Amino acid sequence: MLKTIGQYFLFHKDVFSRPPRRKLFWRQVFAEIWRLGMDSVPIVILLSVFMGAALTIQLHFGTDGQWIPDYTIGFVARQTIILEFSPTVISLILAGKVGSRISSEIGTMRVTEQIDALEVMGINPANYLVLPKVIACMFFHPILIMLSIGFAIGGGYVVGVASGMMSAFQYIYGLQFYFNPFDLFYALFKTVVFAYLITTISAFYGYFTQGGALEVGRASTKSAVQSCIMIITVNLVITQLLLG
Amino acid sequence: MISVKNLYKSFGERVVLHDISTDFKVGESNLIIGMSGSGKTVLMKCLVGLFKPESGQVLFNERDMVSMNEQEQSSIRQDIGMVFQGSALFDSLTVQENVIFPLDMYTNMSLGEKIERANFCLQRVNLENVNNLYPSEISGGMKKRVAIARAIANNPKYLFCDEPNSGLDPRTAAVIDELISEITKEYNITTIINTHDMNSVLQIGDNVAFIYQGNLWWRGDKHSICETDNPELLEFLNASELTKRLIK
Repeated sequence: MLKTIGQYFLFHKDVFSRPPRRKLFWRQVFAEIWRLGMDSVPIVILLSVFMGAALTIQLHFGTDGQWIPDYTIGFVARQTIILEFSPTVISLILAGKVGSRISSEIGTMRVTEQIDALEVMGINPANYLVLPKVIACMFFHPILIMLSIGFAIGGGYVVGVASGMMSAFQYIYGLQFYFNPFDLFYALFKTVVFAYLITTISAFYGYFTQGGALEVGRASTKSAVQSCIMIITVNLVITQLLLG
Repeated sequence: MISVKNLYKSFGERVVLHDISTDFKVGESNLIIGMSGSGKTVLMKCLVGLFKPESGQVLFNERDMVSMNEQEQSSIRQDIGMVFQGSALFDSLTVQENVIFPLDMYTNMSLGEKIERANFCLQRVNLENVNNLYPSEISGGMKKRVAIARAIANNPKYLFCDEPNSGLDPRTAAVIDELISEITKEYNITTIINTHDMNSVLQIGDNVAFIYQGNLWWRGDKHSICETDNPELLEFLNASELTKRLIK
């Protein structure tokens, strides 16, 4: 356990060294944004719309007939979506989707000697393969989370208004009620940290895979599980530090 | 020239290479032969710096690879081309992009020049009309040839081939052997080939080193190997019916 943690931190030294060719490096970063980021847009939108809609129905169910104004539904939906649902739950989903992709891609390159080939060419494989992925995800995941927030709130609006749970005015009033822009900063800050954890943990497990297809599968599962554990742990720490 | 002096390598308690000292000559095909598990691949990985030996020297024109820092190693590796047992082509790149890859990394050539060079290297290994195919779309023999084209793209001084004809039919294997031998002489490079294919030994073995249980057991060439009286080497040679008949 301690050895793995030590190895993980030593791995950072190789990853965060200076790329030999800047032009090539940025080409890699844009390719990774496309591969890892754009590819996740449909699933993030789909999940967000349905989760936002379900959340609104649940809130209406919990407050219906009580001495609670209807705009509270919009207010609570906004807070839940911005503070927890979009940054944390979507990051957990991305840990599975993006994380396992990174881990299996790098793991396969390891067992088929492609990483050895890079090393023999005098290229630092950790830097060449991992750093563009880290930067791409740290840049694009906040965009995904902003999209998620927008579509989740939109999903709640459509369901809430279309089913007559509340008026459009009440929902929008609730969304605007006591809005603190710091909440958005908190959500995006968390997202960047989670993106860093997802990419480095997944890349680490892929990079040190030994064996064959079975081990690549194991590394992929392990990386997704470890990323999720780290996300929920770090989420608690960040929440206590910024909101506690 | 590459020289190895008193090389030791072990994994835990298990000694894999024991006091290996030998030279690999320029412009010749230097073959390392031996049974599976004898230490051939470990020796080759020590030579290219993928494994760090416990002691000993690996001299590339008198410069010791083992004691170098990463930057110096990187500069020597720019002169190395390597063909891996499984070809190790980059799956996400096309054939042409694979060959261009080392040029992207280490030259300031324009895209046109790089494509021209890639086409030249691919033609040199008798491959045409495959530039835009991905490695998963070509055969095993073609992959080996692309790997050779990639290895020679940056005009290396040293070419390493780890079992370049394993898994290939005898005819394709012979073509690959011939190709490596021709390239070695044409560009006057130091070529080291790991193999346990006796056809390769008899076809292109200018210098042959036999590794037995981690020790350098025998040295010679494709002619002297047929006259050997070394019992371990004879046992290895006699495993092949073809060689057995030839030696008789």
